[in-house]
Amino acid sequence: MNWQLVPQFAVSGLLAGGPIALMALGLVLIFKSSYIFNFAQGQLLLLGTLFTWWLAVEQGLPLWLAIALALAASALLGLVIERLALRPMTGQPLLAIILMTLALGQFLQGTALLLFGGAQRNFPQIFSAANPYKIVTPFIYNDRNIVIILKQNLVWSFVVAMLGVILIGAFFRFTRTGLAMRGASEDHELAQSIGLRINRIFGISWAMAGMVATVGGVLLATSSGLDLSLSVLVLAAFPAVLLGGLESIPGVIVGGLIIGLSSGLVSASKVQIIRNSAEIVPYIVLMIVLLIRPEGIFGQRRIERV
Amino acid sequence: MTILRPAGEFDESYAYDMATIRRPWQWAALGLLLLALYTLPLYGSQSMVSLVNRIAISIIAVQGLNLLTGYTGQISLGQAAFMTVGGYISALLMIHLNWSFLLTLPAAALGAGLVGLIFGLPSLRVKGFYLAMSTLAAQFIIPWFTRNAFRDALNGAQGINVPVPVIFGIEFNTPQRYLYLTITILIITTIVASNAARSRLGRAFVSVRDNDLAAELLGINPFKYKLQAFFLAAVYAGVAGSLMAHHLRHINSETFNLTDSVLLLGMLILGGLGTNLGPFLGAAAVELLIELATLAGPFVSTYFPAAAGGVQALRPLFFGFTLMLFLIFEPRGLAHRWQLIKASWRLRPFAR
Repeated sequence: MNWQLVPQFAVSGLLAGGPIALMALGLVLIFKSSYIFNFAQGQLLLLGTLFTWWLAVEQGLPLWLAIALALAASALLGLVIERLALRPMTGQPLLAIILMTLALGQFLQGTALLLFGGAQRNFPQIFSAANPYKIVTPFIYNDRNIVIILKQNLVWSFVVAMLGVILIGAFFRFTRTGLAMRGASEDHELAQSIGLRINRIFGISWAMAGMVATVGGVLLATSSGLDLSLSVLVLAAFPAVLLGGLESIPGVIVGGLIIGLSSGLVSASKVQIIRNSAEIVPYIVLMIVLLIRPEGIFGQRRIERV
Repeated sequence: MTILRPAGEFDESYAYDMATIRRPWQWAALGLLLLALYTLPLYGSQSMVSLVNRIAISIIAVQGLNLLTGYTGQISLGQAAFMTVGGYISALLMIHLNWSFLLTLPAAALGAGLVGLIFGLPSLRVKGFYLAMSTLAAQFIIPWFTRNAFRDALNGAQGINVPVPVIFGIEFNTPQRYLYLTITILIITTIVASNAARSRLGRAFVSVRDNDLAAELLGINPFKYKLQAFFLAAVYAGVAGSLMAHHLRHINSETFNLTDSVLLLGMLILGGLGTNLGPFLGAAAVELLIELATLAGPFVSTYFPAAAGGVQALRPLFFGFTLMLFLIFEPRGLAHRWQLIKASWRLRPFAR
């Protein structure tokens, strides 16, 4: 361990966990209502972000308007996907549904490539790149206090992502629609029998997942640029979801932060191969979670034991 | 469907009862098919022979996946990762130890199988998409390993050049010559896969898939058979990966990626889960679809200027769309459709 680097990497890792939590939220939203694990979330995110970029840069709209329009478009896309691709799969075996989301991912990836091409792009800066925040820590190394330097976009991405998660959590907790969605997640048939429109609830959750994906994509694009690898980044959210528990919104935050923190801490290692392993740390965590506590930290113990 | 037999055909011996190929004309058809395949290099164009090579290798990988996902019902998103393992092992043994291809291929199969066992271990605890996640982890961890570990031998992200396989002094250095190798191995894997599927092993696989609790009551150890299925699937992936690596003559961590894993699963669904014919139909259909995308690419890039080289866009687009249509309208795949066509032919003129 390079101990003098640990505070820096721990804090920036935690902050990177914010967008991961937001992406994980998109997965949880869909799983909570319809028990579908959406492997196409990454491509939803990619399309939403590319559309934002297209509106803001190619069409020259102000960024806030571009984001608003892209949010509306991705909500619509979510609704269309639910209606055309997932509703016919109701009652099909799990493998078919997983394959459907994978096929959907390929389809959306192809669409994104066809409409926008695969070039690396610069996304307009939302938060200033200059003037990073500096925090002086009480830890002392070489007779000097260790200073943590944080880029503004990292901090504000974290804040926006957390606000998003909390907002959606509050929506589930305090609104009638949220109550209906929580009810539907308990038992589909029971929910239908008391008059909840289960299809509409699925539609709403897909629309929300699309919007969450777009916000997450915009946040990621401001810090790491915009290209096709964005859709692969979302896969790092899968371990966060499993770690936190599949149906839990607080779990999303905890899972995202733990994944971010562990990737960050690994980067502080002295051994190069361990440093390089930062990109697979989420999956190693995933394997450990699956072997020790498959239902995650806050999940319900409803997995069938084999 | 198998019950429908032509009038006058009876099982007169146990051997005949168990035979897969029953009628003289079936033997003749098989012989003609093999003759056509083995003589293809004589008259087929280079690109066509390469395509047949790719299809044959895909079939082998899908056959393995079929044993795991189709028969045993365990979802795997890691088949391409196990192909990577097979490809690297075969290449390294040939470069550093000068082993013959006849030895490196089984070694690659075995090595990939053992790695497959490791990633199959979570199947003891979890199933469904939890298991899909653990195989997804394989799809990230294995390529990462090839990029970062043992840089002297594996050469990092650049990968390594794979030597030409030489068997009994014959160099398999062109697609035409390579075809003999792939077809021969495909025949062996087909015989193994179809016999595994209808023996005790395959029946145990099916019972684990259909109801693992009932299977356990019947005295079948689900853990054991799940691990065997993982092992077999990875062995097949190892063979396919080794063949592909020696065909492309180069392998790196991106040669077999997550998209390929999805592609292989898609081939299996398109062809038909849990059928021996499925991998053949599915792999051929998807590879032809990709060829179609390659052909249609230039036309598309004139209409969508943003898509530089429309091929990269069209491949996932075509594949995803076809797979979605199949999942909605023909979830049992092409093999099921073929059975229906056969049945209606036998029942003519009364079919439907």
